[in-house]
Amino acid sequence: MKLTKNVVASTKGYQPLPERLLLKGGEIIDPKRKVNEKIDVVIEKGKIVSIEKVDLKVFKGQVIDCSDFIISPGWMDMHVHLREPGFEGKETIATGSLAAANGGFTSVCCMPNTSPAIDNQEIIQYIKDRAKGSLVDVYPVAAITKDRQGTKLSEILELVEQGAVAISDDGNPVMSAEMMRRALEYSKMMDIPVIGHEEDANMTTGGDMNEGFVSTCLGLHGIPPVAEEIMIARDIMLAEYTGARLHIAHLSTAKAVDLVRQGKARDIKVTAEATPHHFTLNDELLRSFDTNLKMNPPLRTEQDREAITRGLADGTIDTIASDHAPHSFEEKEAEFIYAPFGIIGLETTLGLSISQLVEKKILSLRDLVAKYAIHPYEILNLPVPKVEKNMTANLTIFHPNLEWEVLQGKFLSKSSNSPYVGWKLKGKPIAVINNGQIFKSIL
Amino acid sequence: MTLQSRHLLGLDGTSAEDIATILDTAKSFREVLDRPIKRLPTLQGKTVVNLFYEPSTRTRISFELAEKRLSADIINFSSSTSSVKKGEILIDTCRNIEAMKIDMVVIRHSSPGAPHLLSRTLDANIINAGDGGHEHPTQGLLDMFTIRQKLKTLKGKTIALVGDISHSRVALSNIYGLTKMGARVLVCGPSTLIPRYIHQLGVEVYHNIDEIIQQVDVLNILRLQLERQREALFPSLREYHNYFGITRERLENASKSILIMHPGPMNRGVEISSNVADSEHSVILEQVTNGVAVRMAVLFLLAGGRSEIN
Repeated sequence: MKLTKNVVASTKGYQPLPERLLLKGGEIIDPKRKVNEKIDVVIEKGKIVSIEKVDLKVFKGQVIDCSDFIISPGWMDMHVHLREPGFEGKETIATGSLAAANGGFTSVCCMPNTSPAIDNQEIIQYIKDRAKGSLVDVYPVAAITKDRQGTKLSEILELVEQGAVAISDDGNPVMSAEMMRRALEYSKMMDIPVIGHEEDANMTTGGDMNEGFVSTCLGLHGIPPVAEEIMIARDIMLAEYTGARLHIAHLSTAKAVDLVRQGKARDIKVTAEATPHHFTLNDELLRSFDTNLKMNPPLRTEQDREAITRGLADGTIDTIASDHAPHSFEEKEAEFIYAPFGIIGLETTLGLSISQLVEKKILSLRDLVAKYAIHPYEILNLPVPKVEKNMTANLTIFHPNLEWEVLQGKFLSKSSNSPYVGWKLKGKPIAVINNGQIFKSIL
Repeated sequence: MTLQSRHLLGLDGTSAEDIATILDTAKSFREVLDRPIKRLPTLQGKTVVNLFYEPSTRTRISFELAEKRLSADIINFSSSTSSVKKGEILIDTCRNIEAMKIDMVVIRHSSPGAPHLLSRTLDANIINAGDGGHEHPTQGLLDMFTIRQKLKTLKGKTIALVGDISHSRVALSNIYGLTKMGARVLVCGPSTLIPRYIHQLGVEVYHNIDEIIQQVDVLNILRLQLERQREALFPSLREYHNYFGITRERLENASKSILIMHPGPMNRGVEISSNVADSEHSVILEQVTNGVAVRMAVLFLLAGGRSEIN
């Protein structure tokens, strides 16, 4: 008897691009272009060959009517947990990539809290192999320290040479200031960002939700906002001292936004991301004891949520990342204190961003596109995709105001730990194009 | 007589009317406990499951006794290890038990929200017998019952909760219940054992025992949850006792007599000295007796409250 692993082929669902494809009448929003315009885009052999009006009578090839859609450079989610290797029951590189494509993303960064951790070149190679043939580009983030233990630096030069685009001990803070200083100094040789997971673990161990009035009412151990803020303050000072590039992951408090704002004003090389849940939800919702609202950093207060939206509006927060954290049903269906932290996000991010930010006039569609299609690539020193003649077609196509309901059965992630099931969102992913393939969203 | 809610998950979500109904009903059951024959047929044919995921002596015995006094069929399930460690998830354990056709579940668990999780999944009536540091509603009710019994009313009375407020489900249930019933509630203890935001629940915060002793009708002295301390939140038991322990010497300074309560189990010589625990002002053992009556009332009312008590 031959035993086979229960895996989905990594190319399932992606279609090769036709020889000639016409995206008819879509509105191009590429912040690198001066104006938004409704125009036709022709793609041949995976490359954009023309951006000008095309006569349907003379065009030979496949046509997609895009007259209701926006065409933008491909979106990136720079904070995703693909769980492979080690936790394939929650997600794999194949299913996570499909979820990304379904949600309107053409590239993701995968975080190193796998088992084994992404702290050696073999794991980088493994991830590259597993992502081969995928429409979605998968960029590994390597661990700062061996096994993310905070005690010994990983072989960062080699990891970056193999393909790591940043380093982070995500999930764990680097508790030693000395270690963080050395990691920042070392990273300068490669000009990569160090991504900080910011919490003082001495203050947060045993915590289950934001420390505040609600945690008091519920008798749950609190995760104080100050535990995040003091580490952000420390790391911004270390970034200033070393001159290295610091990227703050999933910042969640009002003071954290202020600290980044002040750091940027002092020309320190600091960038930041926020998650959709931190600009959408607050800790009052925890009164339901819904474990799909348990994440780290935790949902904070309404004042913090508002501060995050202001940070997004004024550019303090450069990009939005989902912190896509798949967990199995049985793990999440546990008692609150035993349930793991994290929710999936890849397939709801676009809809939440438009519903919460664009519809509420916090960001223009153009600014929102920049947060996904430009800033993350710039932060990671990767080529920025452009909707331009002669460029490789790396595109996200979405409907800017179509209303749709989030249905669990339409997630392509292997997990479904989302608090948004049943929500009505405005703005819907339609299709993504990258690496000579197209994927039409089934959401 | 019925309640607005199908479950007793906490006093936070229980209306003042329901609290009053439970306390009034408990009064009748309290009288039954003094009769030579204490058994009533009220819950005959009903099956109650006592699910104790945390060690408990008095609460478990008190519930069991209340159920027996009402002639219910009882299943006891205790587990010192969590369902997670056993490999079966809590909700599966409970679905299995429910599949055997039961009517009510009494649950004690270390996780806040565990009874709420069950109430979303099971058809049975759920009674919270203590969920982590969250609530212990029947304890809150029996404390209120005892105060009402001794002082006639809760309205306008000043009750201080003393000691470890941060780790106390008894404190939270007392605060939710007492404030709803119109009492003035003080909390007093070391600042590291009082949650930062507790004042938002409508209580006054003190750190000096001698200051509150002049104002209160009741001292409800909480157990110092030695097993729940995550880290050193106060320097020593010696200092704790010297500054926050309730002693006869401190009580002698009070201008009026003060009702002394404690949910048990007591750490004698720590939060309460023996000569206070055993004094004539102490109603600690009466609380225990009243606990059975209050739990009978809760079981009776949640089961539909249809039968006559007499």
